[in-house]
Amino acid sequence: MTDTHRIEGIAAPLDIANLDTDQIMPKQFLRGIDKAGLDKGVLWDLRFDGEGRPRADFVLNRPEYAGTRVLVAGPNFGCGSSREHAVWGLQQYGIRAVIAPSFAEIFYSNAMNNGLLAVTLSETDIIELMKETTEGAAPMRVEINVDVMIVRSPRMTRSFALSDRHRRMFLEGVDMIGATLAHKADIDAFAQRHWGQQPWVRDVARRTKQRLERS
Amino acid sequence: MTPKTLYRKLVDSHTVVTLDEQNVLLFCDLQLMNEYTSPQAFAGLLEQNREVAMPGQNVATVSHIIPTHPVQHRVIHDSASALQASNLKRNCDLHNIPLFDTNDSLQGIEHIIAPEHGMIRPGMVVICGDSHTTTYGALGALGFGIGTSEVEHVLATQTLVYRLAQDMRIRVDGHLPIGTTSKDLILMIISRISAQGARGFVVEFCGSAVESLSIEARFTLCNMAVEAGARGALIAPDETAITYVLQRAPDIDASLRSRALAHWATLRSDEHASFDVEHYFDAEDVAPYVSWGTSPDQSIPITGTIPHAEGSQRARIEHALHYTGLAGGMPLEGLPVDHVFIGSCTNARIEDLRTVAAVVKGRHVSPSLRAMVVPGSGAVKAQAEAEGIAQVLIDAGFEWRQPGCSMCLAMNDDVLAPGQRCASTTNRNFEGRQGRGSITHLMSPAMAAAAALTGYITDVRKLGGS
Ligand code: SF4
Repeated sequence: MTDTHRIEGIAAPLDIANLDTDQIMPKQFLRGIDKAGLDKGVLWDLRFDGEGRPRADFVLNRPEYAGTRVLVAGPNFGCGSSREHAVWGLQQYGIRAVIAPSFAEIFYSNAMNNGLLAVTLSETDIIELMKETTEGAAPMRVEINVDVMIVRSPRMTRSFALSDRHRRMFLEGVDMIGATLAHKADIDAFAQRHWGQQPWVRDVARRTKQRLERS
Repeated sequence: MTPKTLYRKLVDSHTVVTLDEQNVLLFCDLQLMNEYTSPQAFAGLLEQNREVAMPGQNVATVSHIIPTHPVQHRVIHDSASALQASNLKRNCDLHNIPLFDTNDSLQGIEHIIAPEHGMIRPGMVVICGDSHTTTYGALGALGFGIGTSEVEHVLATQTLVYRLAQDMRIRVDGHLPIGTTSKDLILMIISRISAQGARGFVVEFCGSAVESLSIEARFTLCNMAVEAGARGALIAPDETAITYVLQRAPDIDASLRSRALAHWATLRSDEHASFDVEHYFDAEDVAPYVSWGTSPDQSIPITGTIPHAEGSQRARIEHALHYTGLAGGMPLEGLPVDHVFIGSCTNARIEDLRTVAAVVKGRHVSPSLRAMVVPGSGAVKAQAEAEGIAQVLIDAGFEWRQPGCSMCLAMNDDVLAPGQRCASTTNRNFEGRQGRGSITHLMSPAMAAAAALTGYITDVRKLGGS
């Protein structure tokens, strides 16, 4: 088994429900035209106080949590804004997987499209896992095997579900656009048929803009 | 034939290829883009040496970072933001994509300009790198937000690998009480079904209360469905929707009209179509709703009190109360605010501004606060000025600004200071959304107008007058 099948490392608890992408990556870090430097902004207001000083009590700021690989989080993780910057930032910070009872839909797709693993476990399992992270003397480590879809903590072993497509994307790093472009002939034929039936949707943006410019 | 929901009909009519049990390759009729979630998508195309597949099905606007000061010619002073704007222009020019640029008189918030200029038509699939794309369900179009990787995918292929959602139906019958709006209705729904109550679902709204809403009010309803986690929101296009569209789409002329009407008439759920989940609400239960916490589902009627931190939500409520500086058992009525913001893709259309003007006409904004109105688009602004609404607002002491997202997410220079409390017609009261440490109370335009006049959150129905 190669290393890409496996995520292993410190798991930090983030026991917050509905942790939205505004909090995961605040707006002041969205001003770029590339993906660089987003590790700086991750969970900014949780990590730093109003004066920009690290909050010593926040889990990711504790020295023993340096190098955290996995977040154990609350339900509806990543809700709100569609900003993919949240996913890029988490990855740049070193996070490779988030384990939560549920994920917001857009965040989930964004995560999968970038190879950030989103693992859904039951609410009860998350409560147990969350408890486990706070009980040991040292931070808990978890191991996630994507190939066989299993999460293992010192006390718990659970399998999780992943669609075939997402599993393959994660393991093989499929070029999605390339894969879709293989259907190019189908897409073009579809468009012709579609526009034949509904000519009013063809070029709708360009035609509208031209009309507005004329008037 | 098995009866189908409207949602399934829209998906089926846009399926290019079925990829597997859960996923289809979905054709996208229109992609909207903005300056901050598209740059990396265009960069990705360039890196791979790929073309934009169908430029005429894409449109872009500068809206999030744009300053809204009332000046003739807008200049973006923040250099990073200015680069985002110029970069968008360069990308659109390069790929022949229509753009509503910073100083275009019709520029505005993406979800306002697209329908107001007739770009959204019933039966379309519309996507955008922005979660509030659910707005277009008001016209019977399937709209939903996507991430930047997917923006790139749509640019390159005009399709999306789309995972099917489940069907939810929310029926609302009856009449909305006087003084309440679709904003109050959606806040009530979200507060009852929770911030993830519709996660994984496309919600079809129906019922007599929904049918009697104007299109602008329906935009508000569908816009905020995403705050319940919905992957889409739909309302079957009726006479009201079709009139709205035809007034704005002169290209659907006599030669096409009957075909269009025939097609649109099919856009409704079949009689016995089954939904995975159904909810029912009574419009008579709606009161002016206001959020008290840090998630849109933490909202209460103005006549109610803030919940105590107890039960399964204890930690969540405690956390939110700590942030908003409030306590369980308190009413929101009478709570002073420092700022009133009227704007956003939820509530910055002409009807919203008319409502505000009707409430404040002949009265004056409380000297204890700052109140601003940011129209949703250049067209809304021009219309409000032509109707005399702008003058009413200015006379009442509101700042009358240029269009943009502004303080909805405070990515431009309209930002609240830490600790400031804002009565806001926007859609998200997340921590720091309107500025670090600031506190947002979501409400309807009428309620925000009432807060502006009195200086505190209050029931607009108490003000009397119009
Ligand atoms: S107005 Fe607010 S919610 Fe709407 S697009 Fe702009 S930032 Fe997003």
